[in-house]
Amino acid sequence: MKRNSFWVASFTASVIIAIVLLVAGSPTVTANDQPSAANAEVKIDNFVFGPQTITVPVGATVTWTNKDDIPHTSVSTDGVFKSKVLDTDEKFSYTFTKAGTYSYYCTIHPKMTGKVVVQ
Amino acid sequence: MTDKNKDLIDQKLQDLNNDGVDRRGFLKCMAWAGTGLVWTMSGGIPTSRAFAKTNGKDAAKSGDFSFVQISDSHIGFNKPANPDVTATMQTAINKINAMPHKPDFIIHTGDLSQLSKPSEFDTLDQVLKGASAKQIYFVPGEHDMLTDNGEQYLQRYGKGTKGSGWYNFDQKGVHFVGLVNVANLKAGGMGSLGHEQLEWLEDDLKGRSASTPIVLFAHIPLWTIYQDWGWGTDDSEQALSYVKRFGSVTVLNGHIHQIMQKVEGKVSFHTAMSTAFPQPAPGTAPSAGPMKVPADQLQQVLGITDVNYLVSGRSLAVVDSPLADAGSSASGSGSGSGGR
Repeated sequence: MKRNSFWVASFTASVIIAIVLLVAGSPTVTANDQPSAANAEVKIDNFVFGPQTITVPVGATVTWTNKDDIPHTSVSTDGVFKSKVLDTDEKFSYTFTKAGTYSYYCTIHPKMTGKVVVQ
Repeated sequence: MTDKNKDLIDQKLQDLNNDGVDRRGFLKCMAWAGTGLVWTMSGGIPTSRAFAKTNGKDAAKSGDFSFVQISDSHIGFNKPANPDVTATMQTAINKINAMPHKPDFIIHTGDLSQLSKPSEFDTLDQVLKGASAKQIYFVPGEHDMLTDNGEQYLQRYGKGTKGSGWYNFDQKGVHFVGLVNVANLKAGGMGSLGHEQLEWLEDDLKGRSASTPIVLFAHIPLWTIYQDWGWGTDDSEQALSYVKRFGSVTVLNGHIHQIMQKVEGKVSFHTAMSTAFPQPAPGTAPSAGPMKVPADQLQQVLGITDVNYLVSGRSLAVVDSPLADAGSSASGSGSGSGGR
């Protein structure tokens, strides 16, 4: 019947419109709970900080993990942070609350240097 | 004895002791004599004397003496390169105790411990208690400064030392200086002696007769072996300038866990093997860390260094021997000059 078809068509159209509006208005859902790049990892191996320079946002926490078979440290050249001695598999974390460039090095093997850029 | 057609440097060296053997030639003899033979010039006639024997006639002159350098015991290290560094340290002590001539003392050129832990220092002390030589001199390595800027090292081994642990002593006319180049290391740098220590060294050497044999010992090499790996001391040139005028200077270092030797003028440089684990030759591996070798080869790449002072030549003969030769200094391959 004409009246019936019209009703079905309009109902379908409303549903479609409703779905479109729903999808357009909802927030993006990502895999992580936190915003990306808030925390960063530095792997210490073969007498190298990897990556040697990392860039993180203000408030980010950087975690150093020693994967080398020899102890290392992560010590800021400006006295901002200082890890204890990290033996194999030990970690050190520091949260950067101020923007800036933070140079650091291993006090045991001072040729090992790295940089954290906080912006 | 000297192979004069080899090196230009050989030709430039003087015959310092007026005995027909220049210093480099003397050391070459000693390197060959890793098997345990020493040549001395006695009244112009070369005589040989086996290290292994000392009979009455060949007994050392009263001014002669010997000591042993050991290094890099890293007590507390337990990774695959050597799961039992205490055992290999014990082997080194047994080897020293088996030497036919008892050394006057032992010098440990640093990295006594792996992590500066009290238990590690305690274990080392226990092993050293069994050494035939009761007098042991130390300088710290960077591994001994880890938890407290070396405070614990100083309490245990730094009595009578200055600053971060430097000092001197004399033995039968030879002047020994223990230097510390592992404190206050700067980012991107190598070893460092620092202003205060350099001033002290300059003052210490001033006024000493140039014929006084000098022995400098420190953990990190006092010459640049491989900058990328930090194998050198940023301000060592200044220290070496203070010893330039002396007739016989011997520099003993550790840190690199392999033998490297160099003669420059009247200064002989030597780095010792570790008693714990070997490290790769410069640039032959991604990093300077512990190098794993097959278990049956470990004792060949660990070792001690016997240093003999012969008063007649006022020279020090430096002879390395691997732990694999435990119990006999008259056999085995010994080690040559020039490193690996």
